Amino acid sequence: MKQQLEQIEKSAKEALCGCASLAELEELRIRFLGKKGELTAVLKQMGKLSAEERPVIGQLANQVRSDIETALSERTAQLKSAAQAEKIKAESIDVTLPGKEQSVGRLHPLTTVMREIEEIFIGMGFSIADGPEVEYDYYNFEALNLPQGHPARDTQDTFYITENILLRTQTSSVQAHVMEQQKPPIRVISPGRVYRSDAVDATHSPLFHQIEGLVIDKGITMADLKGTLEMLMKRLYGEDCKIRLRPHHFPFTEPSAEVDVMCFHCHGEGCRLCKNEGYIELLGAGMVHPKVLVNCGIDPEVYSGFAFGLGLERIVMRRYSIQDMRLLYENDLRFLSQF
Amino acid sequence: MNLSMNWLSDYIKKDIPIKEYCHALTMSGSKVEAYEQEGSKISKVVVGKILAKAQHENADALFVCQVDIGADAPIQIVTNAKNVKEGDLVPVALDGAVLPEGKIKKCKMRGVESFGMFCGLDTLGLTSHDFPNADPDGVLVLDDECPAALGQDIQSALGYNDISVEFEITSNRPDCLSVIGLARETAATFNLPFSVPEPTFTAGGDNINDLLKIDVQNPELCPHYCAGMVRNVKIAPSPRWMRARLRASGVRPINNLVDITNYVMLEYGQPMHAFDLRFVEDSTITVRTAKAGETITTLDGVERALSEEMLVIADSKKPIGVAGVMGGEYSGMMDDTTTVVFESAYFEPTQIRRTAKALGMRTDASLRYEKGLDPHSAKQALCRAFQLVEALGAGEIVGGIIDVDNTTDARASVPFDPDWTNSFLGTEISEDAMKDYLTRLGFTVENGMVYAPSFRVDIEFKADIAEEIARIYGYDNIPSTVFKGVAEARLTEEQKFARKVESAMTALGCSEIATYSFISPKYYDKINLPADSALRKSVTITNPLGEDTSVMRTTILPSMLEILARNYNFRNDSAKLFELSKEYIPTAPDKLPEEVQRLSIGLYGGVDFYDLKGILEGLFRILHIEKVSFARCTEDCLFVEVSALHPGRSAVVSANGVVLGILGEVHPDVLETYGIGEKAYVAKLCVPELFAAAEQEITYRPLPKYPATTRDLSLLCDDEIPVAELEETIASAVGNILESVKLFDVYKGKQIAEGKKSVSYSISMRSHEGTLTDEQADAAMKRVLKALSARGAELRM
Repeated sequence: MKQQLEQIEKSAKEALCGCASLAELEELRIRFLGKKGELTAVLKQMGKLSAEERPVIGQLANQVRSDIETALSERTAQLKSAAQAEKIKAESIDVTLPGKEQSVGRLHPLTTVMREIEEIFIGMGFSIADGPEVEYDYYNFEALNLPQGHPARDTQDTFYITENILLRTQTSSVQAHVMEQQKPPIRVISPGRVYRSDAVDATHSPLFHQIEGLVIDKGITMADLKGTLEMLMKRLYGEDCKIRLRPHHFPFTEPSAEVDVMCFHCHGEGCRLCKNEGYIELLGAGMVHPKVLVNCGIDPEVYSGFAFGLGLERIVMRRYSIQDMRLLYENDLRFLSQF
Repeated sequence: MNLSMNWLSDYIKKDIPIKEYCHALTMSGSKVEAYEQEGSKISKVVVGKILAKAQHENADALFVCQVDIGADAPIQIVTNAKNVKEGDLVPVALDGAVLPEGKIKKCKMRGVESFGMFCGLDTLGLTSHDFPNADPDGVLVLDDECPAALGQDIQSALGYNDISVEFEITSNRPDCLSVIGLARETAATFNLPFSVPEPTFTAGGDNINDLLKIDVQNPELCPHYCAGMVRNVKIAPSPRWMRARLRASGVRPINNLVDITNYVMLEYGQPMHAFDLRFVEDSTITVRTAKAGETITTLDGVERALSEEMLVIADSKKPIGVAGVMGGEYSGMMDDTTTVVFESAYFEPTQIRRTAKALGMRTDASLRYEKGLDPHSAKQALCRAFQLVEALGAGEIVGGIIDVDNTTDARASVPFDPDWTNSFLGTEISEDAMKDYLTRLGFTVENGMVYAPSFRVDIEFKADIAEEIARIYGYDNIPSTVFKGVAEARLTEEQKFARKVESAMTALGCSEIATYSFISPKYYDKINLPADSALRKSVTITNPLGEDTSVMRTTILPSMLEILARNYNFRNDSAKLFELSKEYIPTAPDKLPEEVQRLSIGLYGGVDFYDLKGILEGLFRILHIEKVSFARCTEDCLFVEVSALHPGRSAVVSANGVVLGILGEVHPDVLETYGIGEKAYVAKLCVPELFAAAEQEITYRPLPKYPATTRDLSLLCDDEIPVAELEETIASAVGNILESVKLFDVYKGKQIAEGKKSVSYSISMRSHEGTLTDEQADAAMKRVLKALSARGAELRM
């Protein structure tokens, strides 16, 4: 019997070596280890053995079984990994083929930059106020110290609906609404569309966007205005951005200032981009005119404040080096998909 | 305003480098736009003397000249000029010279070498207005007016050496539209001495009052009127220095009398007018409002109708000038003019502005008057004109000035409050420094008050004084501080919602567009809007740029269609677009329109109706809008623009019975109108309604503990029955154990009778109390089949 067992082990191992598939392997398992397999057949004869021989042969039989099982599982693992390797090899693809296109939506560059500016102001404690685009003359002009017949009205070519209703020429029109509805402290920005009767060209559009800012409280100073604008410009253009305020005139602020930012290209030396000035005009600002405060029921002896207005298109065009404003309203996907 | 730096030097006795000058004036409030050195486009052009002139041997029209240019030896120049002779001093462009129109190089002309070129007026960028005695078609021959040395640069020889500085003067500072005004600002900026000398002149023994009558009938519109007279006028070109200054200031020299009035206007900012006494009927000047029906032909030859609000200068019979705007046809100076009346007046600004606007005329005079001049400068300006008449020998000054002065001497005054000023500006400027700044600008500080000079019409409040102090102190010197106080900064719920819609739309693959809010009324035709539609009543711009942008849109759809069409024409194969913007719905005639926020979506290129619907469904999922239903549009659809959509392929969408918007395939007719050559899809949604329908508070629902049971169902029913109806039936029959009903197939064709369709659903059921038993599921399915059968849908065997 011992010889028989050794013979089974030998022939099992040989067969396993020659086996090439998992199916063959299963056949071999049944042939050698199955209920009707060769090993079982030998073990069935155990009864015929003497009491001395039985444990020895039993041990040997167990040894043979476990050896065959080990060899079987090793071979299984070998064959599996070979099969896997084969499969993986067969599955290799050309990774340079193009991906399946997913449609990607993008915000308009005007919106992207507008949201960025809004974020900056929210971070500085400003709320966002909306106001009507079709507006009463009063809010767009009168309340802002631009009475009928004021020469500065001519500089803002206005679209009129009726004698008293117009398309707002500036988001400053929201100032009076806010001051009427809210007592100081006031800290708001008002972004939106404004309209002027400018023919369309590379730098003009009859519709464009402004962002108005208004701060009213006790003890607000012109130095605060300067500090606020510096912070805005640094957040927008980076820490090394430099601005300068120079005196100007707006009917609704006094003192008034135009705010220039140092030319990004020449850093103040003067180049073609900044028309040799070293600075680029960016926005208008000033301390809210006492007449405007009075018009809105705020006592200029108690409160002071500042206001500023910046044009969105100019910032967007500079940000992305867009030379022609018309592109912003043409909405060509080849343009829109770049942002 | 263009300032001649030579002229400025009459008042400012200090040489300031031009860059420094421009920067400093810009920073103190007089913005310099640009400056130009005269003659900077010319180089290597010098004064030469023609020593000899001989006929060219090969060309009848050419002459060969030997020219002394102050060098060791004369140079040879070939010219075709007939107006030069031996001994003439002429501008010579040497080899390598630069002229406004190009470079000069030595060359051979018909075999004879020429080492340069003689220059005429135009080659130097000049006109005969600058040099009235020069031959306009020939070479410029320098006369006694231009004493020149041989070899001298032509710029200095011609007095072509000025710098012209272009200022942007703000509307509140008309006083700076003058040399004196800018000189005052210069002096204040650089802290230099400044004064305006009293003009002096000698008049004749006669008296103007014997020769002319002035009658100001509307003193409120003309508070100050001065008239002076000059006799035995000799009309001639003005001298070179005056022409040069006018030219640098951007004013064309004409003749001595006209030039004097312009010169005084530029120097003092006070417009003047000169009338030829021959054309002043009865030697009477009346300042009055125009009579109904009166007309005047102005100096520019245009006949203009006057209205009764307009102020005119008239003689005894007719208007001879529109006050402060322009003189009449015969009021100009002519070669045979002998007696001239100078007018120097102050007119009320608003009246001038209205008149100039009504007549569509903006003149140098009206631009100054309408901003508000110094009411007291009229007489001094007239005296300056007399001084110039005398200096130029242009005529004899008649004694006396007629001065009708109804002005009051009320100077604007504001309390002097240094503490307030510092606390307003955020500065620590000393009281003395403030006084100094104000004094430099012509203000007087006394008895705790600041008095504005009469030429400053813009001073009313303490803030005005603060600005004067701040700009001389320097805005640059004001510190930068961060203001104190806590503020509540947050977006409103509506603002947050709009941002959420934007990000949802981009996540769904749509790109944002930005379109004009105004459209052409024809756009309503383009979307087939019924002729009687209320949407055609738009807020209309009375002065539009053109019809294309003349009405405020009442519907956002045409804007989207325009952009789809445009992209189609740009040959972009597909587009998925959205816009979040407004519609403007008129209310009452004198009231503002309602501005309502809308979301438009537009698609074309490899898409169908269900792509658009899928985008909407995705949007609703992101926004947590539930119980959404889509239904075919009915006749009385809330949205009239549904006319732009294919009637069989459009739907109205609602949530909980509230209509949210419409969607659909663009009507074939509309596609054709827009020139879109393939199917396109658009939707319009009302943002406030979306906001109201959106679940604002999200509550977590526990994840299921027990497995779901799924049953598939194939039904056969009439083709007309919308699947939504079947779904509703299934849902209500299953009851609260329903998890989802998913349509996975709709089939028409083989094996299905005509007019019928096969619809397959996967129904998922789940209980939160325990695993559903087969019996429970079967019972539910029985209910479903029964309910469906009642609806005319049978199980497909």
